[in-house]
Amino acid sequence: MIEIKDIYKTFGENEVLKGITATFQPGKNNLIIGGSGSGKTTLLKCIVGLHDPTKGDVIFDGENFTDMDFEQRVPIRTKIGMLFQNSALFDSMTVEENIMFPLNLFTNQSKAEKLDRANFCLERVNLTGKNKLYPSELSGGMKKRVGIARAISMQPKYLFVDEPNSGLDPKTSILIDELINELTEEYEITTVIVTHDMNSVMGIGDHIIFLHQGKKWWEGSNKEIAHTDNQELNDFVFASKFMQAAKAKL
Amino acid sequence: MFHSLGKYILLLRLAFRKPEKFSVYWSEVMREMVSVGIGSLGIIAIISVFIGAVATIQTAFQLVSDFIPKTIVGGITRDSTILEFSPTISALVLAGRVGSSMASQIGTMRVTEQIDALEIMGVNAPGYLISPKIIAGVSMIPLLVIVSVILGLTGGYIACAASNDVSTADYVTGLTDGFNPLIVTVCAVKAIFFGFIITSICSYQGFYTDGGSLEVGQSATRGVVWSCIMILFVDLIISRLLL
Repeated sequence: MIEIKDIYKTFGENEVLKGITATFQPGKNNLIIGGSGSGKTTLLKCIVGLHDPTKGDVIFDGENFTDMDFEQRVPIRTKIGMLFQNSALFDSMTVEENIMFPLNLFTNQSKAEKLDRANFCLERVNLTGKNKLYPSELSGGMKKRVGIARAISMQPKYLFVDEPNSGLDPKTSILIDELINELTEEYEITTVIVTHDMNSVMGIGDHIIFLHQGKKWWEGSNKEIAHTDNQELNDFVFASKFMQAAKAKL
Repeated sequence: MFHSLGKYILLLRLAFRKPEKFSVYWSEVMREMVSVGIGSLGIIAIISVFIGAVATIQTAFQLVSDFIPKTIVGGITRDSTILEFSPTISALVLAGRVGSSMASQIGTMRVTEQIDALEIMGVNAPGYLISPKIIAGVSMIPLLVIVSVILGLTGGYIACAASNDVSTADYVTGLTDGFNPLIVTVCAVKAIFFGFIITSICSYQGFYTDGGSLEVGQSATRGVVWSCIMILFVDLIISRLLL
């Protein structure tokens, strides 16, 4: 379980996050949604420690991550997997080397064991046999899947996903969402997804936090979102004509 | 200025923290050594031969007269090549070749979130990315400078053989006459410092890149410019202190 308590983040004069408190449960897809500039990615970066919050605490299973120094954070970081918006695969490494990289650094497994794990992760994301390809040889969807394979290689307890559907066609987006959902349920991972894709929200949003102007504006599930009377959330979720039509049918 | 200096020093401190796993870092060091050493051998060989030849021809042009022994040309070429041409010009060329490549490589990793990915995994990103480059720089650039000295003096020999100004025998005699081993020490010290300057400054510029591809190019340019300035400044300091 991950708890965030009263998170504030300021860049110069610009206060991006204004006191956000939430709890993310294991085995659930926790979605952070909001318009551009609402602070979603900043909040995610505060949670994973890429930004230090100006005020507030991030707690991973009772351990206050915010108070820790780099060395103290390492044991928690090895339990974190993250899929970046642009996958962030290491260009100079093959698919297999990308997946084995954290295993090389943080485990004492033999080369055969690491290779087995890499093959298992690739099989899990339906990329069997793509071991020797370089990131430049992969499509956007394949890169995302390799990113997921790398993220799960260390059997993480926490999975963070930043805009998993950006730049993908609708069909591939759904496949990625389903894959994240399966992994979350199968391994009881605490998954936190930053997105503004409504298919993801309606499809896998077990627990949704809507950010607006740096504040938590609404919290609920995908079943509750269609019936909310929160004006800002309605404006965001039902901005497209397609979604308006879908709501009318509900 | 002082803010940047402080960030540079702190980054270097982080770069030399205990590695997560020595074997992984070691393979990175080897990879960087090949990139810096073998990758730069061609350009260093070409410029060294030409600089040695030009230095010999110009020295001969200025000093050959009936009142000056012709062997002096070899001596002057030797001293200027070992003391200045090989270490400094090689370093300036390497700042362009190696430094810009390092700054843009690390800068690209920064803007494509690869450095964030390292940090989230719990990897000390400055240590993993920068320390192998610095180790490769301070070990391979002195070796490249040694190669540069040998090829520079060979270039001088070729120039003598190709012209009638100075005989090759006089040139070789000049190379050995009045040799002071201190100049080799000065050359080695310069090369080690230059290796450190190029790799650390360019890595620093790349590491703190912020933005997109335009900023990666700007970081590479800044890295090369600052490296060149610092190479010339440190060249002056070392020459003043050791000679």
